[in-house]
Amino acid sequence: MTIALGHYLTVAAILFTLGIFGIFLNRKNVIIILMSLELMLLAVNINLVAFSTTLNDLVGQIFALFVLTVAAAEAAIGLAILVVYFRNRGTIAVTDINLMKG
Amino acid sequence: MIVQALAFYLFAAVAVASGVMVISARNPVHSVLFLILAFFNSAGLFVLMGAEFLAMILVVVYVGAVAVLFLFVVMMLDVNFAELRQGFLQYLPIGALIGIVLLAELVLVLGAWVIAPEAQSVAQAPVPSPDLVTNTEALGQIVYTRYAYLFQASGLVLLVAMIGAIVLTLRQRPGVRRQRIGDQVHRRREEVLAIRKVGTGEGV
Repeated sequence: MTIALGHYLTVAAILFTLGIFGIFLNRKNVIIILMSLELMLLAVNINLVAFSTTLNDLVGQIFALFVLTVAAAEAAIGLAILVVYFRNRGTIAVTDINLMKG
Repeated sequence: MIVQALAFYLFAAVAVASGVMVISARNPVHSVLFLILAFFNSAGLFVLMGAEFLAMILVVVYVGAVAVLFLFVVMMLDVNFAELRQGFLQYLPIGALIGIVLLAELVLVLGAWVIAPEAQSVAQAPVPSPDLVTNTEALGQIVYTRYAYLFQASGLVLLVAMIGAIVLTLRQRPGVRRQRIGDQVHRRREEVLAIRKVGTGEGV
């Protein structure tokens, strides 16, 4: 009963689907949407590392490292925008974010 | 081998279960805590795969920085989260449909693919033997040499993110009395003190 590449890919696929499902389920709450994005990035990282260790190539792990960096930056900026928006409007409902509708 | 399989199924099951809880918990604080649990279990999966450095980075960066940032923001915002949950069940069918379609696609991909036979020979950076070089050392040997520019660029991305977050959230509130130490130190006696001779019965 060995754990092969397919097992890890299955876990990553389920986590990625959960992330997309979360975006559809919590369409009003920006915070949960951002958390779902983090979940999807985590699934991508699991895929990268699984292929990296299976194919014996370290580049996949380095790419996962860079994905991690970008995810951290994205979370920081997204939450900062959220805080500013809440200060201005007093709400974070996605349906109210239509000021730039044109 | 059996221990490894058991550990894998444990980590995978807890990660998926906490992923479900992240998107379905009523309280966003619970969502963040389940996100932390999912990250911890994914770090366990990374260790099982043999990527110890990334596992530790995942714990440090995600649990230590990103999840705590989420926690701060969730607790700082005074939002009625129950109101935001309205329409939860309304979006459930379409979300479930898209989720199931996507999962089916991914499962079909998983069932059909094979690794090309020449894939092993085109590895850009073959993993050295774990007995000789640890995972951290092997990563460092590549990331500081061949990927040095990309490494610098990712540092720049983080710097820009930090400056952007500070610029966005810093605000100057008018009407707040602050202590200005420079002004206090620069005060001269002549500017603030005057000695007047007051005649008897006249007042100033």
